[in-house]
Amino acid sequence: MTSTYALHDSTTMLRRDLRHLQRYPGLSLFPILMPVLFLLLFVYVFGGTLGNGITAGGGRGAYINFLTPGMLLFTVAGAAQITAISVAKDMTEGIVARFKTMSIWRPAVLAGHVFSSLVLTLISLAVTIAVALLIGYHAAAGPLRWLAALGVLVLLAVALIWLSVALGLVAKSVETASNIPMFLTFLPFLGSGFVPVASMPAGLRWFAANQPFTPVTNIVRSLIANEHVGSAGVKAIVWCLAITAASYLWARYLYNRRPVQ
Amino acid sequence: MTDASSPAITAIDVRKSFGDNVVLDGLDLAVEQGSVFALLGPNGAGKTTMVRILATLLEADHGTIRVAGHDVRREADAVRDAIGVTGQFSAVDGLLTGRENLALMADLHHLSRAPARESIDQLLEQFELADAADRVAMTYSGGMRRRLDLAMTLIGAPQVIFLDEPTTGLDPRSRRTVWEMVESLVDDGTTVFLTTQYLEEADKLADRVAILDRGRLVAEGSAQELKQRIPGGRIDVHFADAEAQLVAGDALGMPVTDQGSPSLQIPTDGNVATLRRVLRDLDEAGIDVVDLAIHTPDLDDVFFALTGRDAHVAESRTEEELYR
Repeated sequence: MTSTYALHDSTTMLRRDLRHLQRYPGLSLFPILMPVLFLLLFVYVFGGTLGNGITAGGGRGAYINFLTPGMLLFTVAGAAQITAISVAKDMTEGIVARFKTMSIWRPAVLAGHVFSSLVLTLISLAVTIAVALLIGYHAAAGPLRWLAALGVLVLLAVALIWLSVALGLVAKSVETASNIPMFLTFLPFLGSGFVPVASMPAGLRWFAANQPFTPVTNIVRSLIANEHVGSAGVKAIVWCLAITAASYLWARYLYNRRPVQ
Repeated sequence: MTDASSPAITAIDVRKSFGDNVVLDGLDLAVEQGSVFALLGPNGAGKTTMVRILATLLEADHGTIRVAGHDVRREADAVRDAIGVTGQFSAVDGLLTGRENLALMADLHHLSRAPARESIDQLLEQFELADAADRVAMTYSGGMRRRLDLAMTLIGAPQVIFLDEPTTGLDPRSRRTVWEMVESLVDDGTTVFLTTQYLEEADKLADRVAILDRGRLVAEGSAQELKQRIPGGRIDVHFADAEAQLVAGDALGMPVTDQGSPSLQIPTDGNVATLRRVLRDLDEAGIDVVDLAIHTPDLDDVFFALTGRDAHVAESRTEEELYR
């Protein structure tokens, strides 16, 4: 019955969460600035040396082209991490109990968080891409391939945000909620985002080749470098959809079960 | 919709346990439409659990409960459409302004713009928040927060309102605002279900009062009816010396016992006629009264009279049970 208002209630919650981001810049600026700092650090501090390992004599220029797709995944993961904090913060406040006594579409509270995090992710991505282009990233692809790459990044963002919602709900406090999803920002490092997987030792190489971030990194990289995408695309999309479905069900279960303050 | 004669709330044999801890142990109650019902009891008696069950936040283990004509289990959304809830913990959004909090509620009630704006302005005025309307709620004092909380509950004009200890920890001014609000709601035909630890509050606001102890109702009636069952009210009169005390005991027809200080405790149901008679008798006997105090029965007296235990003892014991 209340599902007739699903869209209306979700946009109401989205407006609320966007206002939170706007009034709590300490939280919302972090995922925008963090990837930029890392991008500059990796390109200007490590890039000269790392680039030579990717293409002989390639230097900084080669590295920035290799790094940027990985940096975009890092951006997506960083923004998703914030979701857990805002969800956990919400759950410690009485207002969610109030929402539960109102005849609104139940998942609207969570949907509001997902959509506002998605908005934050898109802003962070735009900033990271702009900075990358400014410091010398050459994008070979045309607008259609860029759009496809963005589509894949959004798919990953939705998956990680729902996962982060569930982690925010499972956390007993806001402090734990800010720590648990930390592994999300580590995973891009343990994949093909920053250096080629082939350069890693055997055990790590196996993990890096088989973890979800690697196929997503590879497909984004192939798309914007104008290369052939291949079967990695299917693998990446299946990973994203599977994480989304499992996390959504987990989050919904936790939200309905969780006692209110 | 409910017809005019059916009760706003009915609960039959409500039971709820958390693990081994029995919180509600077979509770029955009925609340008439347009009346104020107060659930009175010490901390840990089960008041909040009952409110949560009635407000669809918690499912009872057993029992039949209808609110505004709908079953809380099977028709939870219809119940939610008809109720407003103010819990013990502040349920306002600290990062939104007072006005935005109210607008959020109006949006979630799917009210249209113009009437929503009108009722928001009116509520801000009624709850003395007009000046602070465009400040974020995080900067509000405790009393202002609670007033905003109540105003948010009233958006959408609910038929039944639940207030869980609405005045606990409030300053006297905010408390008065809450009381006035409850009185004006009843004038409009709204049903109010409130919980409180204060007999005074139940007495002032409620048409019916029920006393909850360890998950059971130990008494129910009007505040007047309940107070008549309590021997707690008395007039304490202090005299200059033991001689005056003896004469006074004679004049009032009371036995005089040695209590360390020359005084008398005269039982009373709190009416003025008794006080007048006591003063007249003392005056006629020519006795100087050094000090006089009227002790009105409070929750402790009610509780002691009805359960034979002290309210605070009951409280600590229940908490002990909770942590076991």
